[in-house]
Amino acid sequence: MESPETTVAGDRAAGLRLRFGAAFAGRAARGTTAPVARRVLPPAQARRRAGAIGDPLFHTVSLAFALSVLGLAAVVGVVLWRWSAASRAAFGWSFLATSTWDPVFSRFGALPFVWGTLATSAIALAIAIPLGVGAAICLAELVPRSTGDALAFLVELLVAVPSVIYGLVGLFVLVPLVRTAGGAVARALGSVPLFAGPVYGIGLLTAGLLLAFMTVPFIVAISREVLLAVPETQRDAALALGATRWETVRHAVLPYARTGILGSVFLALARALGETMAVTMVIGNRPEIAASLFAPAHTMAAVLANEFSEAAGDLYLSALMEIALVLFGITIVVNAGARLLIARVRAPAGAPA
Amino acid sequence: MTARYRRRRLVERLMFGATIAAAATTLGVLVFILGYLAYQGATSLSLDFFTRLPAPVGETGGGMANAIVGTGKLLATAAAIGIPIGFTGGIWLAEYGAGTLAAAVRYAADVLNGVPSIVIGVIVYALLVVPVGHFSTLAGGVALGVMMVPVAIRATEDFLRLVPDALREASLALGAPRWVTIVRVVIPAGLRGIVAGLVLALARVAGETAPLLFTALNNRYWSPGWSEPTASLPVMIFTYAISPYEDWHRQAWTAGLVLLVLVLGANVLARAVLRRGMAMR
Repeated sequence: MESPETTVAGDRAAGLRLRFGAAFAGRAARGTTAPVARRVLPPAQARRRAGAIGDPLFHTVSLAFALSVLGLAAVVGVVLWRWSAASRAAFGWSFLATSTWDPVFSRFGALPFVWGTLATSAIALAIAIPLGVGAAICLAELVPRSTGDALAFLVELLVAVPSVIYGLVGLFVLVPLVRTAGGAVARALGSVPLFAGPVYGIGLLTAGLLLAFMTVPFIVAISREVLLAVPETQRDAALALGATRWETVRHAVLPYARTGILGSVFLALARALGETMAVTMVIGNRPEIAASLFAPAHTMAAVLANEFSEAAGDLYLSALMEIALVLFGITIVVNAGARLLIARVRAPAGAPA
Repeated sequence: MTARYRRRRLVERLMFGATIAAAATTLGVLVFILGYLAYQGATSLSLDFFTRLPAPVGETGGGMANAIVGTGKLLATAAAIGIPIGFTGGIWLAEYGAGTLAAAVRYAADVLNGVPSIVIGVIVYALLVVPVGHFSTLAGGVALGVMMVPVAIRATEDFLRLVPDALREASLALGAPRWVTIVRVVIPAGLRGIVAGLVLALARVAGETAPLLFTALNNRYWSPGWSEPTASLPVMIFTYAISPYEDWHRQAWTAGLVLLVLVLGANVLARAVLRRGMAMR
């Protein structure tokens, strides 16, 4: 516990030395480090020194609050682990590989939910990545800086729109739209399994589309920031070699920004995987695995929202807890990936997150 | 102009055209969502919405006064939990936090930040609803408070770190102990940004629905105190939207508009405060 304190004082002394010369540095180091003060002053005076009680007290109290965050994260993991014990014991790993979900006979398999979560997220990313990266390129490379800033501000506001509002718009606008347009597609291409079956409007595709619109703002906002951070020299060099502006973007800017863009995609993925309200309002909530994009489906987050408060029976509740545990595990991995990628981009620039 | 060059120029036009189309689509969809919500919500906006209780099932009319008050109480509870933990923890991270322990706290905050909101609801259900035996405003507020913590702690840390070290040195050089320096010099210097960060954290949880579904549940009447289920705007929007009644759909749009104005208003305000703070520096 002593090393951070001395390092901080050391850094500060170094900074002062740089700016004001050695005399100031010595004084600052003596003023800030407790160990030095203790060595110089006799014990009785040291105890009376201002802050002798206040400093450790303040440090301890703030440390306790900081540690409570650690505690909260631990509680989440422990509760999920404990409460899912019955389900883990009863079904083992086959929980993730079977697709029976029958509360009446207490048979639980999470495969349809895992499938629904992965499928909707995949559809969302397949749409959101080209749309988001394209929009980011436009806002970073094509429009004037002030216009880009204004539009990016608008996009960032959309990150803040509550998901239940996306669900509302999805339910009353997107669902009828998919029903009409999807009906036409199903009539024309009904023989292909991907487009087969009745089109209710609610289903896998609708949920994926809605998730795409919800995650695009993440990708645009972060990717634009990353593109703007690419050094001008990178562009100048490509242009000087005779590249067109598109070739510059394609071969000099995008490769440089690739890691950061990937990071934004991971963040978008994390949001898509954990999204509950918007999805549950438009996906149909039917635990089945169908090949058709128009078929109703279910996701891990949606089944929690729908069935958790009605779960009668310990095994039922435990099975839902295990789904929450799986969801928790997946999002930890995806978030860790996103942080790693974004940290790798931001670290050299030294900008605060 | 060679044919090859013409082809390259054509590719450039096509690709940049595609990116413009992508930007237009993205912004268009988003403008549409806001515009449509404003249009649908405004058509049935009335004083009743803010002052009346929900009408009995089957009757039209009524309002969401209880949900508005409920959201207020939930947010107050969330702030009472999220702000002390986040703010004080953030002070430790910025002023004392170094080494493995601080890295662990930061990582825990990141993990908490990434936990899907529905999972937070599940946890609070297990800890505060099951033992007590009923849903409550308190449980809902705790769920939202937990969600606030990671945002609040990182905002506090980030803005305290922006305070120049020279200020700390000046205070210490005048003989102020470290804690007095932090409380009287460092925190006031970073306060503007921190307050903006805390407002953003509160705005983020204000629209959360999933963690309330089985903690605060819902209520068609007033919810006195903190130990009964309560209505809230997000849950009302959800319940009304998936109901079969035309009149409830209209009210869901109105509630959506009110909630969005609340959330986006807080966002714009916080960002404006931040921008002015930056300009002054």
